[in-house]
Order: sequence, then C-alpha cells, then structure tokens
Amino acid sequence: MGNKQTIFTDEQLDAYQVRDSLVCIFTFFLHCSLHGRYHELAPHLVPMDYTNDPDVKVPLALIVNMPELKENPFRNRIVESFSEDGQGNLSFNDFVDMFSVLSEMAPRELKAIYAFKIYDFNVDNYICKEDLEKTLNRLTKEELTPEEVNLVCEKAIEEADLDGDNKLSFADFENMISRAPDFLR
Amino acid sequence: MEIDAEYDSGSDVDSKRRAKGKNKPKPAARGKKAKADSVEESEEEEEEAPRKRKGRKKKEESEEESEEEQKGRRKKAAGSKKRAVKKDDSEEESEEEKGNKRKGGKKGASRKEKEEENNKEKKGNGKAAGKGGKDKQDDKDKKKNKGKNSSGSSSDDNSEDESMSEGEMARLKEEVEEKKKLIVTLRNKPWRMKRRLKCLKEAQAFVEKFEGALGKGKGRRLYAFKVMMTKVLMGMPYGSIARKTVPRDEQDSAMDFSVLFEFGVICYCLIWIKLLTFLQGYCKYSIMFYGYYNNQRSIGLLQFRLPLSYLLVGVGIFGYSLMVVIRTMARNANEGGDGAEEGAFTFSWKLFTSWDYLIGNPETADNKFASTTTSFKESIVDEQENLKDENIHLRRFLRVIANILILCCLGGSGYLIYYVVKRSQEFAKKDRNELTWLQKNEVEIVMSLLGLVCPPLFEVISELEEYHPRIALKWQLARIFALFLGNLYTFLFALFDEVNAKLDNEKEIKNETIWALKEYYDNYTLHHNVTENIPPPNISPADVIRGPCWETEVGIEFVKLTVSDIQVTYLTILIGDFLRAVIVRFLNYCWCWDLEAGFPSYGEFDISGNVLGLIFNQGMIWMGAFYAPGLVGINVLRLLSSMYYQCWAVMSCNVPHERVFKASRSNNFYMGLLLLVLFLSLMPVIYSIMTLPPSFDCGPFSGKDQMYDVIMETIEKDLPPFMADIFSYASNPGLIMPAVLLMVLAIYYLNAVSKAYQNSNMDLKRKMQMQRDEEKNRRNNKDSTNQVMKDLEDLLPNKSLIPPPSAEETEKPADQLSKSPKVTGKPGAAATGKGVNVKKDVSLAAANPRAPVTRPPGPRPPGPLPGIARGPLPGQGMGRGRGGPPPRR
Repeated sequence: MGNKQTIFTDEQLDAYQVRDSLVCIFTFFLHCSLHGRYHELAPHLVPMDYTNDPDVKVPLALIVNMPELKENPFRNRIVESFSEDGQGNLSFNDFVDMFSVLSEMAPRELKAIYAFKIYDFNVDNYICKEDLEKTLNRLTKEELTPEEVNLVCEKAIEEADLDGDNKLSFADFENMISRAPDFLR
Repeated sequence: MEIDAEYDSGSDVDSKRRAKGKNKPKPAARGKKAKADSVEESEEEEEEAPRKRKGRKKKEESEEESEEEQKGRRKKAAGSKKRAVKKDDSEEESEEEKGNKRKGGKKGASRKEKEEENNKEKKGNGKAAGKGGKDKQDDKDKKKNKGKNSSGSSSDDNSEDESMSEGEMARLKEEVEEKKKLIVTLRNKPWRMKRRLKCLKEAQAFVEKFEGALGKGKGRRLYAFKVMMTKVLMGMPYGSIARKTVPRDEQDSAMDFSVLFEFGVICYCLIWIKLLTFLQGYCKYSIMFYGYYNNQRSIGLLQFRLPLSYLLVGVGIFGYSLMVVIRTMARNANEGGDGAEEGAFTFSWKLFTSWDYLIGNPETADNKFASTTTSFKESIVDEQENLKDENIHLRRFLRVIANILILCCLGGSGYLIYYVVKRSQEFAKKDRNELTWLQKNEVEIVMSLLGLVCPPLFEVISELEEYHPRIALKWQLARIFALFLGNLYTFLFALFDEVNAKLDNEKEIKNETIWALKEYYDNYTLHHNVTENIPPPNISPADVIRGPCWETEVGIEFVKLTVSDIQVTYLTILIGDFLRAVIVRFLNYCWCWDLEAGFPSYGEFDISGNVLGLIFNQGMIWMGAFYAPGLVGINVLRLLSSMYYQCWAVMSCNVPHERVFKASRSNNFYMGLLLLVLFLSLMPVIYSIMTLPPSFDCGPFSGKDQMYDVIMETIEKDLPPFMADIFSYASNPGLIMPAVLLMVLAIYYLNAVSKAYQNSNMDLKRKMQMQRDEEKNRRNNKDSTNQVMKDLEDLLPNKSLIPPPSAEETEKPADQLSKSPKVTGKPGAAATGKGVNVKKDVSLAAANPRAPVTRPPGPRPPGPLPGIARGPLPGQGMGRGRGGPPPRR
C-alpha cells in the first residue's frame, strides 16, 4: 500500500494505531492491508479514498467468502456479531474491529466477550440450549444423532451453568472458557 | 446486534435497556484484569453508561433544543450555587472554581465535541469529587461543577492558569493519567469501533490539552514518534494477515494428527540414538559383526584399545538410551502436570473451543470436523459408559473367555516360534546348500507372520469384552506387547540353547586346534632340531580350523530378523494399503457395491500398532547391537526410508482411524513401554556378557575367560598402580554395600517426597473443586439471599415510614435545605475534612432520625434509598458514624 495517504488521512490512521499503542506499527500494516482486503471484497462498493469516512457497508455474503472465514462453521455468526446492524453488513470500522479481535494480540478477555456473542445465536445475551445445539451441529456437520446432541448440550449446561438457570450467562461462559487450555487463540 | 439496531432508532426505554445490557458484560470481563486496573477505572466504567445514555438521548432530541434547555437549567442552578459559594467559601474553593471554568472554556473549541466534553467534564468532576472527598464537601462540589460547565461554555477566562491550586493540579494529573490508561486499554473493551474511535478522540483531545497545561508532553512526543515511525516503515507491501494465516493452517493440520506427532517424536528419538551409535560403530570398525573384530589390545599410533572400547560402547549404548528415555519421560511428566481441572468442563470446552478459527483450508476443515465429531463421540461414549449397567455376569464371563483365548494365542505363538527355532537348528546341521530359502529363513518369516496375524485376531477377540474403547485400546496394546515380547524371548531362549550347543562344539574345536598346534610344534622340533624361535605355522587364514563363533551367529540371527521385519512391513504397506487403495479407488467405478464406503474401504492408519512396531524394532536393535554393530546402520537406513515411505502411504492411501482414542493423555504410555523393552532387551545382553565365555578364536575378546576381563586388563596394565588400588577398594563389598544402601535410602526419600507432593496436589485439586461447588451454590442461592436482604431492609424503620416513590421528591427539598445553611446533605462525602460543618446541622438530623448506613463512603448517584440521601447520621450528629453497626432501635 504505497499510496496510503490517499486512502486515509494521517489522523485516521493515528486513531486506529493508538488504539493498539503497544503494537502500533504492527497494527498499521495490518490496517493498510486490511483496507486492501476490504476493498477487494467489493471493489465496486468500497472507495479507495477513505479520507472523509464514507458510509460504506459490505454485505455478509461477500465477507464470509474471505479465505479466513470460508471454512469456519460460525462464519455467519462472526460477521453478524461484529456488524453494527446485526445483519452482517460490515462497515470498515467493523471490519477492522473483527480482525483486531480475531488477531493473536487481542487479549483473552476481549475474545471471550466476542466468543460469547458469536455463540449466542439468538442474541438474548444468554447461551441457551438452542444455541448450544446450533453450535454443536455446526461443529460436527450434523453428524450426531439428536439424542447425542441433546446429551452433549445438557452436559455442557450442567457443567458450566453456575447460577442454575439452565442457560449460560456471560459470567458462566467466561468462568468456563478462561480455564480452557485450548482457549489461547 | 439486534439490540443495537433497535437502540439506534429507538425510544428512550430501549436506550436504557441497552445501556444496561451493554454494561453487563463489562464488570465480569474486567474482573479478570483487576490487577491491572485500579479503582478509578472501574468507577469510570460505571459512569460510562449514564454518559452514553445521555449522549444518545441528546441525539434523539433536536440538538439545539436540548442544548438550550440544558444550558438554561444549568445556568439557573449555577447562579444560585455560585452565589452561595462566593459568599462563604474559602479562597481555595474559589480558586478551584476558576480552574474548572478554565477547563470548561478551553473545551468549547469544537462544536461537535462540546457536548461530549461537557458530559465528560461532569463525569470527571463527579469522580474527582468522590476522590477529593477528603478536603471538600461533596455535594457542593458537584453542584458547583454542574454550574461551571454551563458558565464555562459561556465565559472564557483562560488567564488564570497559574493560579491553579495544588489539589487542582493533582486532580487534573490524575484525570490525564486516567485518560491515558483509557487510551491504552481501549482496545480491550468490547465496544463498537465507532464508539471506540469516539472515545479515543475525546480522550486524546483531553490528554493533549491538559498534558500541555501540566507541562509534561511526554505522551505527545511519543505519539509523534509513533506517527513518524509508521511513516518510515510503511513501504512494506503486505500486512501480517496473509503471511500469518497460511503457515498456521499447516500447523493446525499437523496438530490434528497430534498422535502422529507423537509417533514422529519417538521415531526421531530412535533415529538419533541409532545415528550416534552407528557413527561410533561405523567410524571405528566398519564391519557388521562381532566376529570380525580381533583381539589386538591396541591399534595404531593412538593406541586405540579396540576390545575395551567395544565393550564400553556396547554397554554405553544401554546407559545412553536409558538416560534419553528417562529424561524424555520426566519432561513429559512435567508437561502433563497441568490437567488440574480436567473433567470439570469436558463438554463445554469441546463445544466452545474445539474449532480452530485459523483454519482456512477445506481439507483441514474436513479433518477438523471429523476429529471434533470423533472427540464428541468419545466423550458421549465415556458418559454413557458411566451410566450403563448391564448383565455384569455375562460380561465377566465373556471377558474371562476372551482372556483365555488370547492366552491360547500367545502360548501357541510362543510354541510355534520355539518349534521353528529348534527346527532351524536341525537344518543348520545339514549342508547349507541343500536347504531351500524357506527353510533357511523359517524363523524370521514365522515371527513376522505372527506379528501380522495376531493383532487383528486380538482385536476381534476383544470385541467380546465390551470394554470402554480407551481401556480396550490399552488391553489391545498390552496384548500385542506381550505377544512380541513372548516371541522375542522364546526366540532368545532357543538361541541360548543353540549357543550352548555351539559352546560345547567350540570346546572340541579348541582342543583340536591346541592339539594340532602342539603336534605342529612337536614335528617342527623333530625335523629341524630347534627348540626356540619356532615360526608360527604358515597355514593360510582361510584354512585355519575355526570355532563356530556363537556371537556372530547370534548377530546374524538378529540381522535376519530385522531385515525380514523390514520386508514384511514394507510389503504390508505396499499390498495391504496401496494395492487395496488402488483397487478400491478404481474398481469402484464398475462394482456392484460401494467399495469406498462398504466392505474393503481404505486401510486405516493404525497409530498405536505402528508405534508398538517401532518400539519392538528398537528392542531388537538393543539386543542385537552388541553382537552385530552393523545392525544399527541397517536400522538407521530403515527408519529413514520408512519415515518417508509411510508418510507417503498415509497421505495417499490411508484414512484416519475411525475412532481415535489416545492411549493416554501424556506420551508417557509409549515411553514407558519403550523403557520396559529397553530393560528386557538389556537383560539377556548383560547376562551373556557376564556369564558366557567368549569364543576363543573370534571377536575382540577371544582368548579371555570372560568379556569383562578386558577392563581388568586395562586397569592393571594401562593405568597407574594407584588407580588399580582405587578400583580394588571400590570393588570391595564393604564399599559397595553402603553405596547400595545409600541409593536405597535416596530412592526411599525421593519416593516419600513425591508422594507428599502428590498428596498436596490432590488436596489442592479438591480445594479447587470445593471452591467451585461453593461458588455454584452461592450463585444458586443469590436470589434467595437477596430476598432475605430485601426483607431485612423492608423491616428497617425509616423504610416502613416513607415509601420508596416519595424518596426522590423528598430529596430535592433536602438538598435545597442543605444548600441554604451551607451544609451538605450527603454524609457520604462528609466523612473527613470539612465534615465538621455537619455537626451544626440539627434540623436535618431531626427530619430523618434513623438512617442506617449500608454503603461505603464515596460519590453517590441519587439513589432510591431515601435514608441515605436524607442526611447525616442521627442522634450523635457525628459525620463519621459509618462503619459502625447500623442503629436498630
């Protein structure tokens, strides 16, 4: 991105960077290439000139085809939970947001929050049994029998539900996920 | 998200709900970073919501209108307050007011920002007031601030910078620090990017303004530096995403085969051991077998002591291998020690953390799906296994039968091998030319075939037992292990029989040779009449009568075994996997059923079986290496080639095992097997070195009674005499016994220590579990306990007197009341410092005689609890009554 000045004003860039003041330079590259990526998604929609904050949104269908998300069973949920309108249309800010949260450098707490949002399919701030079933079916490509799915979901709720309301609140979720050995990403 | 959308367009009610909802995850999330964030931060967090709400609300109304309205309201309040303040407050306070004015004025710069700034100002001041409670009366402060905001926007007086008081400076600094912290931690907040940017802008503006004012522009400079740096470095074409993702994918696909990785590690380990030993063997003596080395005490200029080094290397290999295996095991044990909470969240973890968000390759994704499904199935089976109880007698019976069957198999295979070895000894007596290839290699072929046939047989038998798959796998491995070991040992015993026979044979030959030599000398003296300087008989070396050299024979047996093992393995892969895959793949087009999904299908890669094979191969090397040093070289080649060969086979014509059950969580299961094999293969070798006399005419130890005589010889001849003394003392039983005792004691002590650690570990685990349960219970009971608390509160006298709805109404008059006599209505801030004033306020105390203090001191939003908002503590009229028990009369 040699022609970065034409895409963003310095001010805009600074704003994005200082957000990650520890890793600002890194973010800068991320960010420049991110705009490239964003532009690639919908060349006809996204202008190359971002100096005056155009109000552009790229629809979900285009975003889920990114190689990073293409194979992800939760791709729709990811995009939806990062989009401001909840429909999966991402503005550039949302887009950067998504990548910054999914990046390695994002702290675990933040990831936990967004993971919770992603798994919360019906957006009621609780992960209830239907959410779990959906999660499981996406994870296994629906190869488990309904009884097995039921068993797994019940066990999962039983394990993680601390307040006994048969659904996982964020506190439950965080408590559980923060101890997971695999939750480092 | 839905709520957001609603909110953006929505009504006031919605906005409130949203603000609440948004705020909700925060405290929990923040709890984790409590160490990093100080109290101020969390305060700020709490205040974030109302601020946001207000900002949003304003947006909804027409902008100007709201502005006007608010200004008006504020001005009114400010006016009255200002008057009051100016009249009686101290110099310090007026100064502060000016400072605040200045702040407000400065901020009026941009129209757009102003609104936010005002809000922030309010927030900041509120906070500051809370903190500054020690030297100021809270209520007044707050009101002043409110007033100042409005007046600040209207009146510009920048000229009073210098007159800032110390307290003001400190407060400002604090605020600036807070903002900075906010900037740093902003990225950790689960907000929308838009909100973050806005927040960032505000904070930056604030910091910039006031850092300058406070005379420390370090942040600014840093900031400029950052910008510069990024400009310098921006020439690079690509970001990190593309570069990062792809290798990660590969790594992850590798992780899917984490068991394979295990396999690879062992492979690698073995190759290293072998390479080392092989190099030693190869560089110094490049010949395959024991018998080719001669017994010259030292060779060449460097006086290389071949027999000694042969023995030392032979024994040293064992020592080195033992060390490597044990060290690896220790490392694994350390790594595997973190499974503290295993089992607590099995299903939840699998549900939420099993997908790898970095997977971008369809094939990897498929594998991941499959492995996730398997792991779920595994857990489900685990779970169901716990619940299942069936006809236990039938199952026991079946298990007994299965074990009997397997014992029969093992016994049969052992007998078969013994029989074959015996037969081969008979064959060996015959002329080698008469024997067919089959007869010559019977032993090896039978052993390899047994290794090929028995494991599947065991698997079939184990179907009877209906063990849990993981346990079944362990049984299976143990049985295969027993089979191999049994075979190997039968083979060894048969070999020892042969060796003994050879030793007898050798004695005869030795006598014959000695006889022949004696005759030769006799004849020589007879013919030449010379009794001294008799030249040695000039028989060509090929014609010398030789002993059977049992060591070489043993070595040859092992080499044959290894080679046939290689052949069988390779052929199995070629036929059993490759050919099968080819047939299944291409015949599928013209077959009556689906070959890929149906009967033959593709071969499964049997990880545990392969690992076991490797382990036994290694055992054979350990056993044979002493008698056939070249075996090590053969095996290095074999392992290297088979690594690539099997890799190709796995990738091209195998499918993953249908049910992947790891034998154990840590890799120590296989390492333990390896150790056992090492020990078992070490025994016969050491036994033969220590007890069997070496052949008299071949090998480095020829002519000695025992192999270890070389060491004695070296000690006697090559080392200075005092060393010999030392060794003789060291070998004294009087010294050895204490040493052994010491070792036993050490083992005992270490064992006790490790037991103690284990106990404390268990204790800690139990405590954690208890804590978790407790937490669960507490959360479960929260509602009920809350209810109790509520009931208690309801029982309080003033609550019963004044119903909650009237609380807010009564608050206002109270405030006004407090204003006129210049006394704060809020005891919360009156704790220290100027709280003296409170004492005078008698009227308020009378108005609300009994008010329990239920909260700690601090800034307080106008709350629903009327008692607190009402006034200072009753009766005593002491401003610092809180902390004591609430009065209950």
